Amino acid sequence: MDRIYMDNAATTAVAPEVLQTMLPYFSEMYGNPSSIHSTGRDARRAVDAARKQVAQAIGAQPTEIYFTAGGSESDNWAIKGTAFAKRDKGNHIITTAIEHHAVLHTCQWLEKQGFQVTYLPVDEYGRVRVEDVEKAITDKTILISVMAANNEIGTLEPIAEIGKLAHEKGILFHTDAVQAVGAIPLDVNAMHIDMLSMSGHKFHGPKGIGALYIRKGVRPDVFMHGGAQERAQRAGTENLPGIIGMGKAIELATQNLEANAARMTRLRDKLIDGILAEIPEVRLNGHRTQRLPNNVNVSIRYIEGEALLLRLDLAGIAGSSGSACTSGSLDPSHVLLAIGLPHEIAHGSLRLSLGTDTTEAEVDEVLRVLPGIVKDLRAMSVLNAETSTLGANCPFMK
Amino acid sequence: MYSEKVMDHFSNPRNVGELENPSGTGTVGNAKCGDIMKMDIQVENGVIVDVKFKTFGCGAAIATSSMATEMVKGKRVAEALQLTNKAVAEALDGLPPVKMHCSMLAEQAIHAAVEDYIKKHPEEAAGLELTQAE
Repeated sequence: MDRIYMDNAATTAVAPEVLQTMLPYFSEMYGNPSSIHSTGRDARRAVDAARKQVAQAIGAQPTEIYFTAGGSESDNWAIKGTAFAKRDKGNHIITTAIEHHAVLHTCQWLEKQGFQVTYLPVDEYGRVRVEDVEKAITDKTILISVMAANNEIGTLEPIAEIGKLAHEKGILFHTDAVQAVGAIPLDVNAMHIDMLSMSGHKFHGPKGIGALYIRKGVRPDVFMHGGAQERAQRAGTENLPGIIGMGKAIELATQNLEANAARMTRLRDKLIDGILAEIPEVRLNGHRTQRLPNNVNVSIRYIEGEALLLRLDLAGIAGSSGSACTSGSLDPSHVLLAIGLPHEIAHGSLRLSLGTDTTEAEVDEVLRVLPGIVKDLRAMSVLNAETSTLGANCPFMK
Repeated sequence: MYSEKVMDHFSNPRNVGELENPSGTGTVGNAKCGDIMKMDIQVENGVIVDVKFKTFGCGAAIATSSMATEMVKGKRVAEALQLTNKAVAEALDGLPPVKMHCSMLAEQAIHAAVEDYIKKHPEEAAGLELTQAE
């Protein structure tokens, strides 16, 4: 069997149709969209068409779509840009403890600049409570930023309700939808979203291209000075092939969203049920149903995530983990700690994220291989029901 | 990111397990930081004739445990006390900087097992100094 790629939350393969659409824009239709000549005008038309494709996918107007270099840039722009633009109105930002670091580290940096940030806790499934958002609002609150779906545990957040609340209170609402675009239906108007971050390579588009939706009338500070590109808000010659690829990719992802989601949900549930049935002392992280169609995240007791990933890799399976050893720090994933897991359980996490091309045979193969690897690593581990400080009947394994 | 030697010791770890009645045993690390190592040694006439480890931890933690057991097996206890994390890392053709703490744990686990042995056999301590002086 070929290698099994179950790390689609990290990145996806560029779809063949997307690549075909991009290729002419490298060396045939390579014009600068700002040029006056026909080569430039051809490029401009292609960018305009891609902007329309992106806008349609989230129910926005093309003039509300700003291309960026990716999800992290979009998050940085939305949050810093709004913070500084609204400084006269207030200095308080509300976000959650489980955001991507592109949001969290940006907020932490803003704290050093004199802003105040509330990091809302989440429940055991990773869900933010709307009433917690409401309680956190003060007359200085200028921005609420809550992710649409968590990148590690796949939990879907109640963004429509939070957006509604924000608008009732006259506060801007940003959502990091990097994992959600192409996976769940999104509508910026129905969900009361003012700014939305996305990244092309998460839905079979190319890397290095993303977008920020900014509602008409919402004016975060200019992100990049030096040119009239992106309505003079984000200067720099357009990433033409990237933009074309992202437009095609989002069109494909949203056209096939329902069918893909139904298919992946079935495979996801088969994988979850299989792991829980085949391996003792395993827990599902995140919500059983309120989760991304492609996300499986489990904690396997007594073993450490990085060792598990290496063994899976040797068996031809690519996954990821929230263990400290994969993060470069001594602490495991902030998301797993935020849902209340002890370090020991968080270190043993495994995320398998399916793609639109994942097959049932691949799921079966993972279910065949994983229990044996876990058994091997457990036989090697000093931790067991007797030695673990969490005891034999660990409540987190229920 | 890992050398071939690290991957070899991770995939085929040497001396995994526990000893029935070890002469000395040492456990270091904690679950909070994600690595725990336990080493058992069997000592006869001042020589480590057998050593076993069990490790909860990442690939580097398992590989350094395995390598450390190989490096002290057949050595006199005094020599085992001189095992350094640097020597373990070098024997594995190096470790990524963020993984050097794993080799520290391996060194500490071996030292802890030997110190446990010396504590249980104080009569050996005098002989140990003799050996070191040689």
